[in-house]
Amino acid sequence: MIYLDYQATTPLAPEARAAMLPWLAGPEDIRAGYANPHSPHRPGRAAAAVVEVARAQVAALFPAGGRVIFTSGATEALNLAIAGSGARRLAVSAIEHAAVLDTARFCDPALAVLPVGADGLVDAGVAIPQGTSLVAVMQVNNEIGTVQPVEELAARAHAVGALFLCDAVQGAGKLAAPEGADLVAISAHKLHGPKGIGALWVRDGLDLKPLVHGGGQEGGLRSGTLSPALCAGFGAAAALCTSLRTSDEEHVEALWKRALGLFEGWVLNGSATHRWHGNLNLRKPGLDVARLLSECRTVAFSAGSACASGSGRPSHVLRALGLSDRDTKTAIRIGFGRYTRAEELEEAAAVLNAAAQAQGV
Amino acid sequence: MSPSLYFDHAATTPLLPQAREALLDGFARWANPSSPHRAGRAARTALEDARARIKAALGWPGELVLTSGASEALALAVGRAKAPLMAVSAVEHEAVLRLAGDAARLAVDARGQVGPAACVLPGLVAVQQVNNETGVIQPLAEIAAAVRSAGGVVLADAAQGAGKLPLPDADLIAISAHKFGGPIGAGALLVRDWALLHPTGGQERGYRPGTENLPGALAMAAALEAGNAWLEDAQALRARLETALVASGAQVIAADAPRLCAIGAYRMPGKSATAQLIRFDGMGMAVSAGSACSSGSLRTSHVLDAMGVAQPGEVIRVSLGRETTADAVDQFVAAWRAVAGLA
Repeated sequence: MIYLDYQATTPLAPEARAAMLPWLAGPEDIRAGYANPHSPHRPGRAAAAVVEVARAQVAALFPAGGRVIFTSGATEALNLAIAGSGARRLAVSAIEHAAVLDTARFCDPALAVLPVGADGLVDAGVAIPQGTSLVAVMQVNNEIGTVQPVEELAARAHAVGALFLCDAVQGAGKLAAPEGADLVAISAHKLHGPKGIGALWVRDGLDLKPLVHGGGQEGGLRSGTLSPALCAGFGAAAALCTSLRTSDEEHVEALWKRALGLFEGWVLNGSATHRWHGNLNLRKPGLDVARLLSECRTVAFSAGSACASGSGRPSHVLRALGLSDRDTKTAIRIGFGRYTRAEELEEAAAVLNAAAQAQGV
Repeated sequence: MSPSLYFDHAATTPLLPQAREALLDGFARWANPSSPHRAGRAARTALEDARARIKAALGWPGELVLTSGASEALALAVGRAKAPLMAVSAVEHEAVLRLAGDAARLAVDARGQVGPAACVLPGLVAVQQVNNETGVIQPLAEIAAAVRSAGGVVLADAAQGAGKLPLPDADLIAISAHKFGGPIGAGALLVRDWALLHPTGGQERGYRPGTENLPGALAMAAALEAGNAWLEDAQALRARLETALVASGAQVIAADAPRLCAIGAYRMPGKSATAQLIRFDGMGMAVSAGSACSSGSLRTSHVLDAMGVAQPGEVIRVSLGRETTADAVDQFVAAWRAVAGLA
């Protein structure tokens, strides 16, 4: 199986796995490497220490001047940011992930939608309605990889007195932190960490209302026992992204150049330049994607986001680019990264191109 | 610290070897269960298999929403239930109390139990199965009958009871894997009928968005399947512990109430809980004063206050687990006597 679905989830880094093992201890462990990090006794304090080391590692992915709140994932982080901010009037980009769109619509059914151009980019000069209290624009789109001008948009949000929330799930650990944002959400399993943990970064001085109540962990913002293992795995994955950032980027750039040659004859959806180059969203007129998915079983790729797969709905992202419903259904997403080899891309391209050719497209 | 001198299983439990194996297996199946390709579908199959095994191990015929833990499950239940929250017991965990707003507080008697007569209410009523500080078991069968007689819905926080006792009679039940030998970061809300909740969209049949934690689900299933036969030994150990502590001047909190044998609260007259904790910690023994979440806060326990316990600031919690031995209990008793100035 060739895995080319890095936007859905990423392989767990061996280093992240190794960092978790000491904190997955059983009754035989003399250090009690399983303790509740909120317990005041010695094993509890040791567990708390590992959580704080991880917090510092994760904090390196964010701008300076804020705090990291651990959550169960980016969805929870985004919910906490939007609902917890108390914002009543929202403006969000047309290509946000469902975790932002659904939550924002729940909080403000009359929200303003910031359009994107045919290149999948929000115009940095887009009009933000007066009275808006929170603006959400993602750093890197999950379907087409376009990199949004978040710093400019954050400044524009602030100019109308709004907070700026950035879903940085797809960009964290790959691009520089979104400067200017007030709230940033990320997910460990999109950067080679474990599933079940994510984080919300909150600019200093900003108060949120909690969603999950209870023991008052995470400064009262997010109750629930923290897993030292998941925190350690997240921290190790984040540290690895920091130390490997240059080589990861060079590797992805080389794969991108190779991929462009391999998929000649396909149309790229979204900007080629303002883009994370580990995302190749392609379409071919007349392509039957469901058939392609079922015929190319040795290649793990997708049609749009994993969450929306199977829904049969046309992608809201591709529609926002101005594609017809019919054209949106001819698109596939290929995602690659740190552990992808060029030969895998070549083999996958051969399989996909042959299957498309057999469809006569 | 000797591994057997951990007496804080109510805060969290050691990970069972079976659960660790399942977790490691899950780490290797890292595809997104919502992805349509083969790896994703295999992850989906494994996730649904884990869900079925969890339900079977619990004996739960209804629906099950996987969450990050009991706090989230409780927030989901209260936030999405169609029935408005009308009452919570006065001894609930903070995870429920902080959601309760101006819902009524159901008083408990000196034994820490809620009276069913006060539960004849036509809304959502939250009563825990087992108290996390005292081990007191609530009469949920009678409470549920009272709530349902008025057309209400019962929410039970079963974080401390699940995997140890049979599930309580309730319509919505929250559980947490790390309280029964599973990993931290995995839990579930058991739902009698989807019609009880408003959906949110997204994964888990539209009741809990977010990429599913497959390793956590697999490990939760494995931990539940390990069973609870150890509680028979714990029953005997607890009797041994309490006989010796009482002989050493201890007051057993809610001594005559039905209690889970794994959790007990004990008062050492004349010694503050904080002072006791520091001494026990120095001797390599992990115990706690009340819940782990509130420890360090120096607040008095709302649970002990609600029961009218005198000198609640002198009470500590001792919670036993699968690996606790008679020798460990004896060592704890000796330590207790030293802290109490008897040895």
